Amino acid sequence: MSFDIRLPIGLLFLVIGLLLAGLGLIGDPGPLKTQALGVNIDLVWGAVLTVFGLIMLGLTRLGRHREP
Amino acid sequence: MALGTIDWAILALYLLFVLAIGWVSSRRTKSGTDFFLAGRSIPAWVCGLAFISANLGAQEVIGMGASGAKYGMVTAHFYWIGAIPAMVFVGVFMMPFYYGSKARSAPEYLRMRFDEKTRGFNAFTFAIMTIFSSGISMYAMAKLIQTLHVFDQPFQHMGLPQSWIFHAAILVSALVVLVYIYMGGLRGAIYNEVLQFFLIVAGFAPLVWLGLRQVGGWEGLKTSLGPTYTHVWAGMAHPATNRLGVDAFGLVMGLGFVLSFGYWCTDFLIVQRAMAADSMLSARRTPLIAAAIKMFFPFLVILPGLIAFALTSAPIKSPPSTHGVAAAHAPAEQGIIPVKIDSATGKPALDSKGQPVLDYDLATPNLLLRYFPTGMLGLGLTALLASFMSGMAGNVTAFNTVWTYDIYQAYIRREASDAHYLHIGRLATAVGIALSIGAAYLASRFNNIMDLIQLVFAFVNAPVFATFLLGMFWKRATGHGAFIGLVCGTLAAALHHGLTLPDGSVAGVKGGWILVQHIYPSEMAQNFWTAIWSWSTCFVVTIAVSLVTRAPDPAGLTGLVYSLTPKVGPEAGRWWFSPIFLGAVVLTGALVLNIVFR
Repeated sequence: MSFDIRLPIGLLFLVIGLLLAGLGLIGDPGPLKTQALGVNIDLVWGAVLTVFGLIMLGLTRLGRHREP
Repeated sequence: MALGTIDWAILALYLLFVLAIGWVSSRRTKSGTDFFLAGRSIPAWVCGLAFISANLGAQEVIGMGASGAKYGMVTAHFYWIGAIPAMVFVGVFMMPFYYGSKARSAPEYLRMRFDEKTRGFNAFTFAIMTIFSSGISMYAMAKLIQTLHVFDQPFQHMGLPQSWIFHAAILVSALVVLVYIYMGGLRGAIYNEVLQFFLIVAGFAPLVWLGLRQVGGWEGLKTSLGPTYTHVWAGMAHPATNRLGVDAFGLVMGLGFVLSFGYWCTDFLIVQRAMAADSMLSARRTPLIAAAIKMFFPFLVILPGLIAFALTSAPIKSPPSTHGVAAAHAPAEQGIIPVKIDSATGKPALDSKGQPVLDYDLATPNLLLRYFPTGMLGLGLTALLASFMSGMAGNVTAFNTVWTYDIYQAYIRREASDAHYLHIGRLATAVGIALSIGAAYLASRFNNIMDLIQLVFAFVNAPVFATFLLGMFWKRATGHGAFIGLVCGTLAAALHHGLTLPDGSVAGVKGGWILVQHIYPSEMAQNFWTAIWSWSTCFVVTIAVSLVTRAPDPAGLTGLVYSLTPKVGPEAGRWWFSPIFLGAVVLTGALVLNIVFR
């Protein structure tokens, strides 16, 4: 059973993504948005990173199944 | 700009994960092969991403943004001409000999193919070079963190002087890198480089997106900056008609051939990542996978510079000298890129025409501070930190391997147990990092000395590709030929540099220290031509000396030279994964990018 780097990558991105998206949802949208040109970048990018983290974790599981 | 709790949390999470990966890797590091070569067990895609990351240090992220702001999209030549073809070449043609020879380092290949003196020359210069480049990188990072003022508040709270930010930045990053390489060796470095790769992309991609929104997309950038900034080949026929001040021949031969192949095909920092691969096929795919991704990096690291420059027009138009001091305090409100401040006088630096000089190195970092709100700011800073650490780790792992196998084992203690060399490797990691810190402080005191050292290494590096090329593809090349060729190539570089000068410079560290025989339109043109002269000299002298010295015994060269190595049979796996097919796809991609942005 070898170490799969996708596991820590998936975990880290999932946590960072949720933190950012959470901040984008509950944080004061005013200063967040004005700085980022009218986009709630914390929410948008947090969601992207969350999805990426989940994909990485999914690939880790898939890799485990394939390995004898 | 102050950091929020979330920003701190993201930075802390990153450090935690990096150390954890080092710890996990350490449990599988029991022998020298584990520590120095990651047990030759890493899959191709992991090696490929590490291959990119190890090269993606401070100089690249900050420097390419700076060049983007200064020269424009033409900086992409450093990728599309200056990296991709060489990466394909090393994967398709050279990797069979690096990986197949079972050499543990690039200098060791030179010993197997040529002789001890050629290896010694390469090993010593390379070891010293890695120390200095990781030192310079550390210095640049600490300086940047200080300039960004993001840590001013916490340091004030703790009652520490602001100057300690510089020391803390160096110490913390050095300690983290030390811990994960000391524990996990090359495996720890490579796994972390993959994590760092994704973080760098995650931190810079949204910056490009927001920046492009602000300037009105690529079309907006084209209208606000003009064609000289957005084309890569227009005006390349003559040095006077392009922003780099070089001609197409100098560009293609100097950058695209000598410098690029010299770096990507022989620099052990890079090659080591592929040598860690789990099979010959993986080792050959490593640079190809890296190249397939690398060709899109101009959009990630050069574009922020262009965007920052497009959003900075005020300081250039402001009247120089008399109002210079006022402009120096104001640029934060006016544009992204501030005016450079002369550290000696504290006044804005002016060029020969009396115009204020912009501090291009701050283009990308300032764009990040300007457009990232709390949260994203933490991610952006983490990305910067990740790039510094990956670049430094690349140098440190290359150093500890070359030190242990090519210097310690070759000249200090020949016969010792594997455990002993593993111990020495860990010790070399600590000593190497301590020396890098010393180099970083040296850089902070004597800027000119660092310029000089980098220059000397440019001389040493320029000819070395000729040595590897002849070694791998000409069985008649001899050890004496290789060594004398290398020395003559280095001397030719120094001589060319001493006889030429870039336009507008004074004789000295910029060149012309013997006699000014020729003036180049730009420093870059001078660099490219120094490389061309140096490489050609090494190539010709190696051939000439080889022909008059005794030919090497062909029996000893199997697996080291192309014509004496049995061809690899039909490769296992699907044909579309074969190195030649992948290489062709990557080259076509680079060609298309060159045409689109011509």
